[in-house]
Amino acid sequence: MIFTLYKNRDRNKRISIRRLATLVLLLVFVPGISTATEHLSLTGSSTVAPLALEIAKRFEKLNPGIRIDVQTGGSSRGINDARRGLADIGMVSRALKQSETDLTAHTIATDGIGIILHSDNPVDQLSDDQIRAIYTGKIANWRELGGEDRGITVVNKAEGRSTLELFLHYFGLRNSQIKARVIIGDNQQGIKTVAGNPGAIGYVSIGTAEYEEQRGVSIKRPIVNGVEASIATVRSGDFPLSRPLNLVTKGELTDLAKRFILFAQSAQVDDLVEGQFFVSRQH
Amino acid sequence: MFRGNIDRLVEPPLRLAGFVCAAILLLILLFLIKEAAPVLTGGGWRLFFADSGWYPMEGLFGILPMLVASLVVMLGAIMIAAPIGLGCAIFLQYYAPPVLAKAFRLLLSLLAGMPSVVLGLWGLTVLVPIIGSWQPPGTSLLAATIVLALMVIPTMALASASALSSVPGSLMNGAAALGLTLRARICYIAITSAGAGIRSAALLSMARAIGETMVVLMVAGNVVQYPSGLFEPVRVLTANIALEMAYATDLHRASLFASGLLLTLIVLALAWLAARSNESSKQYG
Repeated sequence: MIFTLYKNRDRNKRISIRRLATLVLLLVFVPGISTATEHLSLTGSSTVAPLALEIAKRFEKLNPGIRIDVQTGGSSRGINDARRGLADIGMVSRALKQSETDLTAHTIATDGIGIILHSDNPVDQLSDDQIRAIYTGKIANWRELGGEDRGITVVNKAEGRSTLELFLHYFGLRNSQIKARVIIGDNQQGIKTVAGNPGAIGYVSIGTAEYEEQRGVSIKRPIVNGVEASIATVRSGDFPLSRPLNLVTKGELTDLAKRFILFAQSAQVDDLVEGQFFVSRQH
Repeated sequence: MFRGNIDRLVEPPLRLAGFVCAAILLLILLFLIKEAAPVLTGGGWRLFFADSGWYPMEGLFGILPMLVASLVVMLGAIMIAAPIGLGCAIFLQYYAPPVLAKAFRLLLSLLAGMPSVVLGLWGLTVLVPIIGSWQPPGTSLLAATIVLALMVIPTMALASASALSSVPGSLMNGAAALGLTLRARICYIAITSAGAGIRSAALLSMARAIGETMVVLMVAGNVVQYPSGLFEPVRVLTANIALEMAYATDLHRASLFASGLLLTLIVLALAWLAARSNESSKQYG
């Protein structure tokens, strides 16, 4: 009995050895195949990444044998990776700072940051001062703004997000002045939070907000300082709360990187940019 | 001879496996210390407890509110989960008919292995709006505590059940022979003699609760502040790391690693207490 058990185990072992051998062969050959192609890596902003991915797919289709790898991790990662050479191209959803002049920015589109409210909220106009007062806790009830008697839930973004930086910079606030009730990570979490709370106010990318609003999610974009927050006003330059979406590189570009960046800035990808509800470049 | 051969054959790989496990823990600790070094060596860690808040962009790194929030959420969760889990264990061990007990145990094991993010999704879409319709915004200390309690109940129940099952049968039979009712046997014999095991079950559940990330991130609201009420949003240390690590650089990054180190030490301390508690139970048995 013990003996037969042992035999069985032996057979199992032989099978697993065969499996292992196959695996080893795969590991040896698969990288061999992929190194035969040209490779380009992009990392960074979760706002830029979906657009970069679409552009990359089209670029790959037009240029067989090229593989483009897109990974998210935020604008800070895009800066870091481009700087350290961990990625060929970094994705950054803001203009470069003074401390980042060692990098070159290539703008591929523009995004606006829109304030969002729950669609049941009767308030549909806010001024910069009112938004500042709401976010610093000076106005805590919608009644004070002509709305219903309902407490305001301030939704803010976590530190390090470029939307937060742009928001603070535009309103001249420090993050420690903001009296938030909910802090969120990405745009989707922000939209879900506002859509689930009639008293909430938050801010996300205009493209994302416009898209979700059209899909029937219960959010709306109030008019800020008399300017409607929409793709059209961002394109015309009337909407002040906007930011460039950049591909950043360090030093001399490889031929492939140069071709990809030129392609990403060309009219050939306008439909992709608009498909992501960003504003395409003027050609 | 046959058996001796097997032993000799099996020993080195087993030894290696044991060594690898220990080495991984050690390497993780070393890695955390190395990454946190800029904060630890520069004396920056004192800021953790001195700064008024957590605003890395402004150079403020006070983690105390998040540490307190972590501990409060953990204690709240175990206060809910311990009685329910112990109740499940007693039911499983002494009241459930064998067929039901088997099914119930299977259910608990399934629950214990359920991906926590599923529970978090439920919390975000069901529990948070319910609390929010009553006390907005809903993402709060209460939501985090409830969801975490649900998450550790199976752990608590299974570990307590195994502690109860190790109570010597002779003790229970002796008590029955003395005419004690089942209720009295459970209250005075089983629970007292399995006390150390139950304590260690609670400690292990606490370790699981304080290390949990996604669930808390989704329902706690993530505002850095001292917990001042059940309906106030809080941010725990794990959620802080998950929210900001991808975007952090320099000192900010190092202080996130330092808070990771702190968390690891808390979990190690809880595990050590649990092990000690278990050991003393063995001496008793």
